[in-house]
Amino acid sequence: MTSLGKDLLALERLSAEQISLVLDTAGPFKEISERAIKKVPTLRGATIVNLFFEPSTRTRISFEFAEKRMSADTVNVATAGSSVTKGETLVDTARNLEAMRIDMVVIRHTSSGAAQFLAERIESNVINAGDGTHEHPTQGLLDILTLRDRWGTLTGKRVCICGDVLHSRVARSNIWGLTKLGAEVAVCGPRSLLPSAIADLGVTVFDRIEAAIEWADALNVLRLQLERMLGGFIPSLREYNRVFGVTRERLERAPRDIIIMHPGPMNRGVEIDSDVADGPHSVILDQVTNGVAIRMAVLYLLAGNPPGLADAAKGAV
Amino acid sequence: MSPRDVLLTGGRLLDPSSGLDAVGDLLLSGGKIEAVGGRVGRPDGAEVVDCAGLVVAPGLVDVHCHLREPGREDVETIATGARAAAAGGFTAVCAMPNTDPVTDNQAAVGFVLEQGRAARAARVHPIGAISIGQAGERLAEFGEMVGAGAVAVSDDGKPVVSSQLMRTALEYARTFDIPVADHCEDPTLAAGGAMNEGVVSARMGLRGIPSEAEEIMAIRDILLARRTGGHVHLCHMSTKGSVELIRWGKERGIRVTAEACPHHLSLTEEAVEGYDTHAKMNPPLRTAADVEALRDAVRDGTIDLLATDHAPHHNDEKQRAFADAPNGIVGLETALAVNLTWLVKPGIIGLGTLVERMSCAPARIFRLPGGTLRRGAVADVTVFDAGSEWNVDPASFLTKGRNTPYRGMTLTGRARYTVVGGTLVFRAG
Repeated sequence: MTSLGKDLLALERLSAEQISLVLDTAGPFKEISERAIKKVPTLRGATIVNLFFEPSTRTRISFEFAEKRMSADTVNVATAGSSVTKGETLVDTARNLEAMRIDMVVIRHTSSGAAQFLAERIESNVINAGDGTHEHPTQGLLDILTLRDRWGTLTGKRVCICGDVLHSRVARSNIWGLTKLGAEVAVCGPRSLLPSAIADLGVTVFDRIEAAIEWADALNVLRLQLERMLGGFIPSLREYNRVFGVTRERLERAPRDIIIMHPGPMNRGVEIDSDVADGPHSVILDQVTNGVAIRMAVLYLLAGNPPGLADAAKGAV
Repeated sequence: MSPRDVLLTGGRLLDPSSGLDAVGDLLLSGGKIEAVGGRVGRPDGAEVVDCAGLVVAPGLVDVHCHLREPGREDVETIATGARAAAAGGFTAVCAMPNTDPVTDNQAAVGFVLEQGRAARAARVHPIGAISIGQAGERLAEFGEMVGAGAVAVSDDGKPVVSSQLMRTALEYARTFDIPVADHCEDPTLAAGGAMNEGVVSARMGLRGIPSEAEEIMAIRDILLARRTGGHVHLCHMSTKGSVELIRWGKERGIRVTAEACPHHLSLTEEAVEGYDTHAKMNPPLRTAADVEALRDAVRDGTIDLLATDHAPHHNDEKQRAFADAPNGIVGLETALAVNLTWLVKPGIIGLGTLVERMSCAPARIFRLPGGTLRRGAVADVTVFDAGSEWNVDPASFLTKGRNTPYRGMTLTGRARYTVVGGTLVFRAG
């Protein structure tokens, strides 16, 4: 029987079956968030620490809602105010958490590999909520769920990830998850923001956004951080918008309707224009909704609950 | 007081510097090599060591290690480093000057030399800094440092960023006939990098260090050596491109010598998988094609010598997320075995070439005593077993460092006796 194992660290490590398992499990959980009383007792008594070494609003809130809607007891630890700022090492943090006998840790960290580092040192389940520029598996899963909701299947569909792939953990999770489920994946952006060996990951590379739009069934538009301009990767945000921005004018020339995704937070007028973000083909808010369901599914599966009983679990109050 | 005579009997005497490869005895007396080959009668009071089945070679010389003293005595001292060196079969090591304070003046050089002597293990030859404080600005006093015992200059740990400073160093070093050893790294290309740039770094989301960061500096140094007539020694070469550039320089008679490290000849970037910080070093582990090119270069002599780049770190510092961990691994106690396992055993080089690259060439190129079994030379000798297998257990190391990617691996070959100046300083337990 397919299971997720102890931790969720990276979509690169999951099989197509495991990814589908999470997507299928998320379905029933979506409905819970639509109820008046958005709570099931599935994780009652479980303790979860949300350990955020890097600022995050939406991912942290999304995890917290998922945990609370499943009746888990949660503690949020952010860098400010924790012993991390006093110089406690990641390994000491891990040992302390272990000593407190918690069940799960959701970790966001600035260093690639930090989630794995923690997972190797504690018995609790570890969920990677973004490690450096490596992966953000729950974001990848919710993006894929959003597309599957629209299309029914990913097989043969073409998804282009646009923008700062070099520094994007979202991009890597999307590349692995989508290709494993049979989609074709491309990336598009200035070469200075693409890893030089990106094509070796099995993706097509577009230098021009116009070509990507002509090719794609969906665009996943990444956030372009201001620091990238200061770091000398691109000359200006203004020029970025002019050359790579996803605009209505460009989309209108597309040979087919293109689904528009964005992991947020958006820089309107930089990587994406408002009339695209708020337009008829945008599924950006569906992604946010699906995020809670995906995280509920991941928590549920990692807690060792049987996949087939997700429907039953949602019924129990 | 001269040490007791030592008679090494019945070993395979292997000395490329004199073309010697024959089973026989070696007599060490008064700190010198007294008799080589054939059967030697046992002098009164001599210690006799049976070397049957073992290789008796000129002592191994490591021109590149970090002994951390002064400054980081918690991770290594000159004494622990010198003892680890002897245990690894090294009779002499060159200590890089990136200590705290930096070894950039005659007093600091004298301190390293004194600590080395006091250790009574492998010889410790200080390398002085190229620039004061290794700040890359003002030339350090090469003349006084050489007078105090420095054998080369280097800002290793950091590149010499200024081409003008490098040019001046190569020119100025000519008076003292010492190599200028450079850590080839373009700091702007390598900035923030944690591993080789390539498909693995793309997958792992780690900032990569491109090969060109090394190669651009390598060719700059080669061109400056051509301009100045100085002797440039390129440290820890790691890429196929660097090999091609060195070959280009040598074909033109430019005074360039180069070293490669055991880890770059045995491991690839794949070792970083799983974010293993024991596989994090600078230059980083590269691709299989780079390893292949380096092995060829060791065979044909484009890479003149093998050096360890022994770099102990505290375990606390390696127990971090990958990008936050320091670069470097220990190497003194595994170098011989790694080279035997990955170069000699698969037939890439013979034992003679191994001895040439680990003993004769480093001694010759850095103008050090040793590196030969000729009669009258200093009695620095390494006796090793080229065939026995052993399991790497870092807990048994004499270095204070435990940071090795070879932990738990089975390696072939090990030093059995190390003789420095006629004194047995190491005997395998």
